[in-house]
Amino acid sequence: MHLAYPVVLAALLFSIGVYGVLARRNSVLVLMSVELMLNAVNLNLVAFDAWLRDSLHAGQALTLFTITLAAAEIGLGLAIVLLVFRTRGTADVDRVTALGDRAAEIPAQAGPAPDAVSKGQAL
Amino acid sequence: MNVAVPALVPALPALGAAAIFATGRRAPGWTRPLAILPVLAAAALALTAALQLGTGRTLNATTLLTPTGGPDIYLSLHLDGYTSLISVLVGLVATCVQIYSTAYLKADPRYPSYAALVSLFTAAMFLVVYSGDLVVLLVGWEVMGICSYFLIGHHWETADARAASLKAFLVTKLGDVPFLFGIFVLAGDAHTFQISGVLAAAAHGQLHHPTLIALLLLAGVAGKSAQFPLHTWLPDAMAGPTPVSALIHAATMVAAGIYLVSRLLPVFLLSGAALVVLAVLAAVTMIGSALCALAQDDIKRVLAYSTVGQLGYMAGALACGDREAAVFHLVSHGAFKALLFLSAGVLIHAAHTNSLTAMARIPGLRGRVPDARWTLGIGLVALVGLPPFSGFFSKDAVFTAAEHAADGNALTNGVGPASAVPQAAGWIVLIAAGLTAVLTAAYATRLWLLAFPAKAGQVAVPNGGPEAGAPYSPELDEVTPGHAEPAAMRWPLWVLAIPTIGFGVTGLNPDWLPKLLDGGSLRPSPATAVVGTGLAVAGVLICWAAWRGATARVRAAAATAVPDPGRALLGPLYRAAQHGFFVDRLYTLLFVRPTVAAAELVKFLDREVVEGYVQGSGGAAKLLGWAVRRSQTGNAQTYLSALLAGVVLIAVFVAVGR
Amino acid sequence: MTSSLLLAAGSLAPASRGFLSPTGVEIVFVLVGLAVLGAALLTVTTKQLVHAALWLVVALGGLAVEFLLLTAEFVAWVQVLIYLGSVVVLVLFGLMLTKAPIGRSPDADSGNRWVALGVALATAATLVTLVVDAFRTSWIDLGSGGGSTAAVGASLFRYWVLPFEALSVLLLAALVGAVVISRNGKGGTAAPRAGKLRTPRPATRPATRPSTRPSTRQER
Repeated sequence: MHLAYPVVLAALLFSIGVYGVLARRNSVLVLMSVELMLNAVNLNLVAFDAWLRDSLHAGQALTLFTITLAAAEIGLGLAIVLLVFRTRGTADVDRVTALGDRAAEIPAQAGPAPDAVSKGQAL
Repeated sequence: MNVAVPALVPALPALGAAAIFATGRRAPGWTRPLAILPVLAAAALALTAALQLGTGRTLNATTLLTPTGGPDIYLSLHLDGYTSLISVLVGLVATCVQIYSTAYLKADPRYPSYAALVSLFTAAMFLVVYSGDLVVLLVGWEVMGICSYFLIGHHWETADARAASLKAFLVTKLGDVPFLFGIFVLAGDAHTFQISGVLAAAAHGQLHHPTLIALLLLAGVAGKSAQFPLHTWLPDAMAGPTPVSALIHAATMVAAGIYLVSRLLPVFLLSGAALVVLAVLAAVTMIGSALCALAQDDIKRVLAYSTVGQLGYMAGALACGDREAAVFHLVSHGAFKALLFLSAGVLIHAAHTNSLTAMARIPGLRGRVPDARWTLGIGLVALVGLPPFSGFFSKDAVFTAAEHAADGNALTNGVGPASAVPQAAGWIVLIAAGLTAVLTAAYATRLWLLAFPAKAGQVAVPNGGPEAGAPYSPELDEVTPGHAEPAAMRWPLWVLAIPTIGFGVTGLNPDWLPKLLDGGSLRPSPATAVVGTGLAVAGVLICWAAWRGATARVRAAAATAVPDPGRALLGPLYRAAQHGFFVDRLYTLLFVRPTVAAAELVKFLDREVVEGYVQGSGGAAKLLGWAVRRSQTGNAQTYLSALLAGVVLIAVFVAVGR
Repeated sequence: MTSSLLLAAGSLAPASRGFLSPTGVEIVFVLVGLAVLGAALLTVTTKQLVHAALWLVVALGGLAVEFLLLTAEFVAWVQVLIYLGSVVVLVLFGLMLTKAPIGRSPDADSGNRWVALGVALATAATLVTLVVDAFRTSWIDLGSGGGSTAAVGASLFRYWVLPFEALSVLLLAALVGAVVISRNGKGGTAAPRAGKLRTPRPATRPATRPSTRPSTRQER
């Protein structure tokens, strides 16, 4: 099999993941996009493992590790999202801007209700 | 003779001043003896030195003070007839002033510092007189300047005194700067700071820039001796206590300039242009100040303008190349002007005002100050120049000098060739002096008539306070009217009255005063004597007639105004003369305003331009900070977008750049 | 590095093969790959949040098929078990616990969308250009048995034991961290919510890898 097929697929999948991470508002969806990016990497690892015929199976072992790490990551990430949601009342990434500079003007978003903004920036 | 005697003369008052400064605060009781005794001793020593030196001899004692890169500076004494004469005058006046001040400033809390400054001032004047080295002379010259500043500002509670002291300091310093340069140029040409060396160089024609030197020195002389462009400080300096006026502004400090020119007269004789300039300055000073004096209401300002005018006489005599006449007039003027000031001080105490018109309204003033009235009269007659008072002889010597200079055979008495003095200088001085003699007589008469009006002219006004524009007299309430003439104030008057009356006679015999000086004749020539006396008498009569006319008009109008002959005599000039011909206003326009405007410009440049850069850099940083703040939204996605975009860019650059 | 890879690939590449003569495996791979890409695109663009999670299932499942096609069968099954079984379920619970709206939500994308699109396109262009340029002459020789459970397990426990154990410690730490973070420090009202999170998890999670997952379950 031509090596270009898996690596191009991985590259495109990674880019889609990048778009999702940067464009999605809900933090759970952001986490899902992160999973897409991780899987693109996994695909690369498996493809190169097969291409190089590694006697140690380093690519596949690393893929397993990555999958495990992804599981841990999503568990922790969801815990953080839940905590944020509990304290801030929202899981939207662009509403959680308390670490930003208060004095600088927050660019107006389309659609958000004023109370949501105030809730997200409270405390 | 022993050098220690003249050396002690400047040292004693200086030590006395230091002692007063040291003890004045803790032991005020010591101040009076410490003030009087050193000055008295210095005066006695000056007299001793003068007697030991005798006539026709000079004494030079020199010790190296400090080597410099160029001409060395020596601590040197130079004694001759001139120094003898002037040092005795200084000692006499200073002693009188110190004694007089003990009564005059009896209740003044700052009397110790005052007495110390007067002593220090006396020491500085002695130093100027005795010093044979120009740099050391300059030290005394500047010490006098700073003492004068402090003494004029003695009543620093009043704005007048503060302004006057600052003005005196600044104006005299304005003259001192070119004076300093003049000394340097002189020393550069003569290769020495020693006056004897300078004179020798002048005699041998080694001075290459005589006109430059003479004009530079003249600036300092004009500042110190209150000649025309720089004379404005002297009338204002009357804000100081009256004894200070007597000491500084009549007998000593203003005499320093004249004394210096007479010492360096050979240098001035090398430059005809400088002599003409000096003559013009003297003429303008004489006439202008006499006109001003005729219009003043403040008795001290009248005397101050009179001083300026008499200094003009001396400067005129010097412009005619006759230093004998100049110093003769200096000494006689020093005596009678000190007498006038001290008498005026008594009068002011008794009247509690400086204003002549206010004095005219006080009934019985003449009876309360009989001694002062007599001495004031004596001083005024000497000022007018009626024989046989000293002023007649000395003024006549000036006339004689001017007459000879106008003829072309100036009385240089061997100091230089007679042809060195331009005839123009002689004519200028002669005409100005004649005119001034009339004016002097007029204002002296006016002063007398206003201060002690005859019964017929007296207008009794119960609540006659000072005129609205009359200057405030700081010495109010310092003595009670009942003690208007304490002994300490009365005796100095009579002591000073003796030389005022009799000093002129010493010029008659060539063996007496002329032998002490250059040896020329000081005997009045019949022509000048008659003309001078005639002019003086004419002035007196004109003023008296004007006063009679004014009195008649006032009585006809049944007004309460005081008849002022000056107003009638001066006519339209009166207002201008009252304000010193607006010279101060002119200076304000010419110098003060541009300076203030320049300061404003500098302030503007500093605030708007220089600070603009500073604030601009701050503003730029602030703007940058604002822009960076704008990017700190707190939105993690924005940050991440920038991060990834940067990573992609770097990757592309690396891939392309390979 | 690319050039060295190219050299290596060139030596490996049989001259007879070409792009325009795809084998059957390649055709299947491309078709499945297109499905994966489509599902992934829907995942990141759909307005319905729950649908996004379901499209994620499709994409990850398609990737499992791709792993199978690349002869990595053990990895493929692990992918199915962990990703499809546990991660997606966790994500769904996360959506529910954060009260994500069911149905279309018009503001699913943030204002950063166009920037994100630009960055993603740039990334895609760069990466695709790079990998195509680098690996256009490389072929994979798909022998059988390279990714069987036996082979992978043997290498895992022969050569990769130490990282494997370290990973179990990492998992433990992540577990403790998740518990600490999701616990309400102040007690009170949040306790029931944490319990809700806890209860369904053992039931929905299949037993996957005995070394890691059981410990997670017991700790909670």
